Amino acid sequence: MAWPLQDAGMWSGLLCGALFGVVLESAGFGSPAKLTAQFRLSDWSVFKVMFTAIVVAATGLWLLRVTGLMNADAVFVPTSFVMAAAVGGALVGAGFAIGGYCPGTSVVGLFSGRLDALVFVLGLLAGTVVFAGLYGPAVEQLLALGEVAAGDTFADAFGIPDVLMLVVMGAALVLVFWLGSRMERARRGPVTAEQAVAGSNAHLTR
Amino acid sequence: MSSLSSSAFGRRVRPFWPPLLAGVALGLVLLLTFVLTGHGLGATGASTRLAAWVGLSVAPQATVANAYLGPMVAQGQPMASWISWQVLGVAMGALASAFVAGRFRVQFDGGKSVGLGKRLVTALLGGLMAGFGARVAAGCTSGLGLSGAATLAIAAFVFLGSFFAVGLVASRVVRGL
Repeated sequence: MAWPLQDAGMWSGLLCGALFGVVLESAGFGSPAKLTAQFRLSDWSVFKVMFTAIVVAATGLWLLRVTGLMNADAVFVPTSFVMAAAVGGALVGAGFAIGGYCPGTSVVGLFSGRLDALVFVLGLLAGTVVFAGLYGPAVEQLLALGEVAAGDTFADAFGIPDVLMLVVMGAALVLVFWLGSRMERARRGPVTAEQAVAGSNAHLTR
Repeated sequence: MSSLSSSAFGRRVRPFWPPLLAGVALGLVLLLTFVLTGHGLGATGASTRLAAWVGLSVAPQATVANAYLGPMVAQGQPMASWISWQVLGVAMGALASAFVAGRFRVQFDGGKSVGLGKRLVTALLGGLMAGFGARVAAGCTSGLGLSGAATLAIAAFVFLGSFFAVGLVASRVVRGL
């Protein structure tokens, strides 16, 4: 039960962040043309990378939990505010499709030289200020609507065993790779690094 | 070498990692983050704190009085947080990776496809919606979607489902780049 180490210091932040940044950039996620191609279903890298990462990390966390190496109670699990997650997810999805980035990838875009990503970041800050301006007891109540009272995870709320969740997620991952690769071949195919560096053009985003 | 295959610094453009490799690497980084800190990776935790910091400099009274940003500036240093270091790390990692792989190029991406003026609007509008939405959901694609899903949280899967469904529709209605 020695883990997690609860290290909230500068070095763990810089380390985890730097590795995160290297992986995101290497996956091509600094390019808005590549990111938004997922929504046009011509490049499935976002689904493939994200779902693989989720399955790997979820399986790892589960293994650490059942072997007793990790104290499950000390791991942060987001509260099941279903309404807030659905509405917020919709807005971030629309913002991603229109703006070309999500908040994390806009940092990657900016630091691979993209000035449009800087504009997106300014939009992020403005959106935060607008939310803060509206925030109050009424908004707080609204966002807590639809909370699953029984728990925050599928195991706690619905009694679905973690192992079953992992198996279903693993099967879904295989499906994403199979279907994604098929659709990539049928369309223009994944956006290459050279296309991404050259920048979005009408051919790529049509 | 054509302008297509060389970046601003004349390095050869290296291909992106295959998705499976990048996904496994991302999963391991996420797992390492959980082991070190007890929580996952994020992004908007830092932009929210940056907004609070800017607010404190520009309109200190309104920021302190604000129900959302006020508690964050109570100690006077809203940026002093693990997530700020993590996002600074993302910036450094992305810069190093893009530079080494010949993928660093200063550009206004999307300006060629939809025009500079329109791209300016879509980038700003997209950022605004994503920034607002991330505060509604109390997390973004990384903080709630990716990190939450690794803990098998219900909210994370609801977020991701809604995120992708609306993204699919929105990209057909509006061409952002």
